[in-house]
Amino acid sequence: MTPRPATALHPESAEPRLDAMDRQIIVATQSGLPRVARPYHAIATQVGIAVEDVMHRLQRMLEIGIIRRIGAVPNHYALGYQANGMSVWDVPDERVRELGEKIGALDSVSHCYQRPRHLPAWPYNLFAMVHGRDRDEVETKVRAIADLLGSADRGHTVLYSTRILKKTGLRISG
Amino acid sequence: MDALDRAIINNLQGGFPICDEPYRAVASLLGTTEDELLRRLDALLENGTLSRFGPMYHAERLGGGLTLAAMQIPPQDFERVVAIVNAFPEVAHNYAREHALNMWFVLATETPQRIDQVIAAIERDTGYTVHNMPKREEFFVGLRFEA
Repeated sequence: MTPRPATALHPESAEPRLDAMDRQIIVATQSGLPRVARPYHAIATQVGIAVEDVMHRLQRMLEIGIIRRIGAVPNHYALGYQANGMSVWDVPDERVRELGEKIGALDSVSHCYQRPRHLPAWPYNLFAMVHGRDRDEVETKVRAIADLLGSADRGHTVLYSTRILKKTGLRISG
Repeated sequence: MDALDRAIINNLQGGFPICDEPYRAVASLLGTTEDELLRRLDALLENGTLSRFGPMYHAERLGGGLTLAAMQIPPQDFERVVAIVNAFPEVAHNYAREHALNMWFVLATETPQRIDQVIAAIERDTGYTVHNMPKREEFFVGLRFEA
């Protein structure tokens, strides 16, 4: 087996354990951090433990990847990124990791995943979300990905969303 | 949106500190006051420029199931299937897309095992095949939008 690149994340790898208090903190913060001078104190009061414990648990969840990051999540539509294309690529399986790393490193790509093919309906194994102010900008960025892939690009297409049918947040119930 | 709003959006997409007074710490880096930063964040959230502010959790690592699934639905039957699929509480997002596979949705479940049960139920209730496309690997991205 070839060594995995350091930056790849592995959702199937051992699941770090969370206790009931971690879950209470997740439930208390999954819709956002309190916008008060001492937000972690506010959470501590809400869940009934010391603020040091709250900060320690959040720090640990950041370190083990339960928390991806803490900060602002921009609404890309509001920032003018109106065109959002799901570009999908058929690349050789043995090169997908190497190529996924390259594509993920591009500024124009916000998510990059390997997913299974469903032949014959679906030959694509690499997904990259590309955002632009309009479709022309998305197409330009997709051409740049195709150039980067060269002969490894055995076929690709871009799926634009035409309608949001449902959008609710991902929620855990603690 | 002025320069301070843009600085907030461009500099606060990660790395928010875990300390007693984090807004004060960030405000001084951005050359503003804690009160002004809090006021701006409230306004950016309220007007929809930011969809949220806080920790972003990694769904699969919380122990639940998560997948992307696609279906090919004849146009004349699309609305009926939308109603059936959306009625499942496990369907978090659902998009119509321009492709033969014209419906794409995200399933989020309390346990990984539940994914297969929900997919089987959707196939039974709609009469169409569901193509399950769970991610095999995620490649690191910066995930930054310039304001």
